[in-house]
Parts: sequence; structure tokens; C-alpha cells
Amino acid sequence: MTWRTGRTWTTRRAPEHSGQVDSPAQLAQALAGTGYLADAGLATAGYLAVKLRRPLFLEGEAGVGKTAFAQALAEATGAHLVRLQCYEGLDAAQALYDWDFPRQMLHLRAVTAAQAHPDPAALEAGLYDRRFLIARPLLQALELQPCVLLVDEIDRADDEFEAFLLEVLADAAITIPEVGRIAADTPPLAVLTSNRTREVHDALKRRCLYHWVEHPGFEREVAILRRRLPRLTGELAGQVATAAARMRKLDLIKPPGVAESIDWAAALSALGARTLDPQTAAATLGAVLKYREDIDRVRGSGVLEP
Amino acid sequence: MIEVLVGFAATLRHAGVAATRDRVPALLAAAAELGAGDPAGVYWAGRLTLCSEPDDLPIYDAAFAAYFGGTHPAAPRGLPISVTLPQVSTPFAGGTGAGDDEPAELFSLAASPVEVLRHRDVAELSTVERDEVRRLVALLEPATAPRRSRRYRPARRGTVDVHRTVRAALRQGGEPAKLARQGRRTKPRRLVLLLDVSGSMSPYADALLRFGHAAVRRRPTLTEVFTIGTRLTRVTRAMRHRDPDAALRAAGAAIPDWHGGTRLADSLHAFLDRWGQRGTARGAVVVVCSDGWEFGDPADLAGQLHRLSRLAYRLVWVNPHRGKPGYEPLAGGMAAALPFLDEFVAGHSLAALQDLVGVIARA
Repeated sequence: MTWRTGRTWTTRRAPEHSGQVDSPAQLAQALAGTGYLADAGLATAGYLAVKLRRPLFLEGEAGVGKTAFAQALAEATGAHLVRLQCYEGLDAAQALYDWDFPRQMLHLRAVTAAQAHPDPAALEAGLYDRRFLIARPLLQALELQPCVLLVDEIDRADDEFEAFLLEVLADAAITIPEVGRIAADTPPLAVLTSNRTREVHDALKRRCLYHWVEHPGFEREVAILRRRLPRLTGELAGQVATAAARMRKLDLIKPPGVAESIDWAAALSALGARTLDPQTAAATLGAVLKYREDIDRVRGSGVLEP
Repeated sequence: MIEVLVGFAATLRHAGVAATRDRVPALLAAAAELGAGDPAGVYWAGRLTLCSEPDDLPIYDAAFAAYFGGTHPAAPRGLPISVTLPQVSTPFAGGTGAGDDEPAELFSLAASPVEVLRHRDVAELSTVERDEVRRLVALLEPATAPRRSRRYRPARRGTVDVHRTVRAALRQGGEPAKLARQGRRTKPRRLVLLLDVSGSMSPYADALLRFGHAAVRRRPTLTEVFTIGTRLTRVTRAMRHRDPDAALRAAGAAIPDWHGGTRLADSLHAFLDRWGQRGTARGAVVVVCSDGWEFGDPADLAGQLHRLSRLAYRLVWVNPHRGKPGYEPLAGGMAAALPFLDEFVAGHSLAALQDLVGVIARA
């Protein structure tokens, strides 16, 4: 995916009218409308993030739906979604903005070829025009309105990056030396996720609402499966949710999250299964368990028996 | 209501959650938004604004129940954390070890050369000697060697830095007169210390925790310290105190299984599930300090160490008994652990800890 968007200075409108939320329950309903079933805690966290305009810091096991929450929140509030995937070595040129040097160079050559003695000041100004600026996710988030900014797996970025992110989030503005200050009228709604591979600095956490996302309960998981996979039979959804819940109690290296149970149900449903029988379950176990030791343990435990 | 909420934040602070004063305005705003009359609203307002890690949540629930006395919408908890607030027994008050009420020794010790002290087993020191060793341990600087990171920096040689080259060229009318170059930045590896604080390790726990403190002081963001025993406790936060004695007091208050039994396999399992697998142990130098006395099945310990050795860059085991003449790693746990170790070193004296600094730096 390239990030070369925003070639003009005008800020773009959201795809649809932004939905107003007046209570956590209403937000939960709006999220459910997009296919994301949030529990009371997560809905409250999302509601406060919208109302107080505070970044939301989400932690939880892999596959519990942290990233999906940000996507659903954007859809439910009618906002753009800008995603910044963090990784080691992420720096300002990749997170904020960069100049499109090859195009600047071509521009320079074109102008000098057309005019024998161009005005240096005008030439310089022309070089740093908005059209040569490549907006990376953080700048995009300031330019698109309204916007949900998903900073995914912040713990993977170096800790220097946190300080930098903090500054952008606090001011909802950045200063580009050649252009000036670019500020957002409505600050983006930031959702940060972390897998806790390292501890994120307190200064960042202090400015955020913190929420630990749990695995869903049985009913919620069944509802999520049926919402995501409309062709799934109610019986199969219940069996998959039961098996997934049992697997989470088995002390596995990687217990299945909701993402895995959705994958598993999709695999079963693609095979035309209407109920979960041990043979089909054993054949599709690779969709839900990702370690050989876990597969052996589940096979030996009798969790898949009806 | 404001006083009530401010008081609640203070209660939470006392219970050990980092609910600092600057978080209180957010709490008040959130409570106002959710309706301060509603217990569920107050519960979520406090939980979302005052907590900052999963370990805070059980403490928060307990504090909320104690402070407001009512029930709260308890969500099913995915984390098996028990809040056993320990009776603070100040294990570091000094004078708890054997043979410290010997004032006559004071005089001979004042002249005791550091070189002799360096090689003395820390389990057999008098109070004065122990203080001296503590002071010297605090001066150690355990630090890992750097590795090549994914970040680049300007360099004299290396690959061409297109950005800087073109930026310079733009200034000169588009002529790339000089090629700018870049090289990889380096970054130290993460250091993870797993310290056994069970009964059999109690003579060495103090020195090892002080070693951990020295490591955290040296690289606060790249060092993690856990204690293992019957259960896993993360003491990195406590270790960030500037003063070693304050840090050890805070750690002592956080460790519920002090001088208990040894379930290394269970503790390591908890570490791998909650921290190691997610990334704390990945590419890190992991140092396990234990005598290898395992109550459980050695095969379980071997399984967990196998997992750990696949995640870690180097796995170092420190066993205080290794420094004793005639020691053979025959204890069930230790024998099971040996195949997975990159280094197996002693940690019984100051000199051995100094060697450990070298092992960590070379790893």
C-alpha cells in the first residue's frame, strides 16, 4: 500500500455524516451495526475516548479484536481510518511526511530547461509545494477530518518514537520547516494497541485511557461468529465457541483468540460442515492452533469430542 | 463527590497502582461524562483513567470494592493474578543472616582487603562485609553488547543515502555532486533477569536483586527483572528506584513468595506466556539465577527451558553452588536444564558477579 494521498491542501470530508454518540450503550449499538460486538467495558472506553478526545490505549491477548475495534469505531462514527503499523526503525520520514525528491528534481530540471534565468526565490518556493509532500499516516490523520488514527503495536517501535508520537498527539499539529504548521481542527481520535513486548513509557500511558481487552464470553463469541459468517449454522457456531473456550483453558502456548475462532469457523463452513465432528475438526485444526505442541495437546485432551 | 474520587485515587496509589495526581483531572472528567451517581460509571471511569497495566486491574477491583463497599460490574478476568498483599517483612533490614552479632570481627574487617572479600561466598559474610559487598555490587554495570538495529545513521562509508544525497543535490541545482552514505545504527539487546527467591536461594537473593538493580539502573528501558519461586513477580518497576535499599524494600513488598518453595517450571511457564513469547525474551539475553532445586517434574522444566532457549538470543544460568569445589550439576532440575544453556556460571561471590557482567557483555 502506498501512502501517496492528499495532493491538495483541502481537507477531505468523511465518507458519511459522522454519527453522534450520547452513551456507551449507543456506541455499542453503532459498533454492532458495523459487525463489531463490544462488551460494556470496551464500549465505555470507546465512548470516553470520543467524548474526552483522549487517546485510547488497548492491550490484550493477540486476536481479541483490538485492531478490529479501531476499524469498527471509525466506521461507526463515520470517520476515516488511518493506520500506522509500528515496527523497529520507524522514523519521522515513514510516520509523518517526506518530500518526494525525484519529483522535486524533475521539477527543478523542467523549470531550468524552460527558462534561462529563473527567479531563485520563486523556484525554491515552487520546490516545496504541497504536491511534493508525501503525507505519511500521522500527517494524513491531521489532514483527514474526522479521523480515527490507529497506531498498531506501538510496543514494536523504538522508545524514541513514543516521545515523538506523544508530541503529535498532544498538539494535534506538526510543523514542517519548509511549509509551516499543519494543525487539525478536530484532533484525530487515536487508538493505540500494544502486545506488551516491552513496557510503553508512563508519560504516554498517562495521557491515554487504558483498557485491557478480554476474550469474549460464550454468548458474545457465538454472536460474533454468526455476525461475521452469516452462512454458519447456529449449532456449528456454538460448538466452535465451546471448543475455543475449552482450548483457552488448556494452557496452550498460543490460546486461540476470536480472530482464530472466526478463521476456524470459516474453514469449517468452507468445507460444508454443519456440525463439528472430530474428523473435520482435526483436519482444520491448523486454522485455530499455530504450534505443533498445541495441536498435539488438543488432540490428546479430548476437547474435540462431542 | 470530587473529594470522594480524589480520595479513591489516593487509596489506589497506596495499594500500589501508579495512579499519580496528574491523572485525577481525567478521572473527574470521565466520571462526569459517565454520571458520578452510577457505580458502574465510576468503576469504568476510574479503571480507564487510573490503571495502566493488566497487573493493576485486580488491585483496582479490590481497592474499588474496599473503598466504595459495593459491588461493581466485574468482568470475567482473563488473567490469573491473585492479590496477595504480603506482610512486609523487610527481608533486607540487615542482621538477618547468620553470624552477624560478632562485634569483635569489626576490627579485623576494617582492614579486610577487597581482593579477599571479592572471592568470599556472599552467604558466609558478616554484616560489615555484606555492606561492603553491597556497595561494590551497586557499582557493577551489567550491560549487553550492541546489535545492529533497523535504523540508519549518516556514516562515512556504507550504502548510499538517497535522501541526503538528493537533498544536497537540490541545493546545487540538481547536480548530485557528492554521494552521502549511511550505516546501520546499533542498539543494545534487551536483558532479562529471572531471579529465584525461594528458600534454598535466600542467602544469595539479596546480592542477586542488587545485581538486578544495578542492571536496571544501567539501562532502565532495556532491562527486565522478574523473581521466580512458586510464582512469577515482575519487579522491574520497583528496581527503578535510584537508591538500592529503597528498590529492594519495594521489591520485597511486591514479592509474595519470598523464601517459599521452588516451582521453576511453573514460574517460567508464567513468564513465557505473559511476557517471553510476546517479545520480552525474543532476541534478548536471558539470565536465570537459581540453584535448580525443583519441586516439580524436571521434564516440565526442560520443556519450558527449551521454549525459552528458542526465543532468547542467549540463555545464561547462574548457580551459586557452581562456585563451590566439588559441585556437580546433579540436582534434578539443574541436570534437566543443562542441554538448553549457552552459559553456565557461578554467582556466589562478588568476583563471580563481576564475571557475570563479562558474560552478559559478551553474549
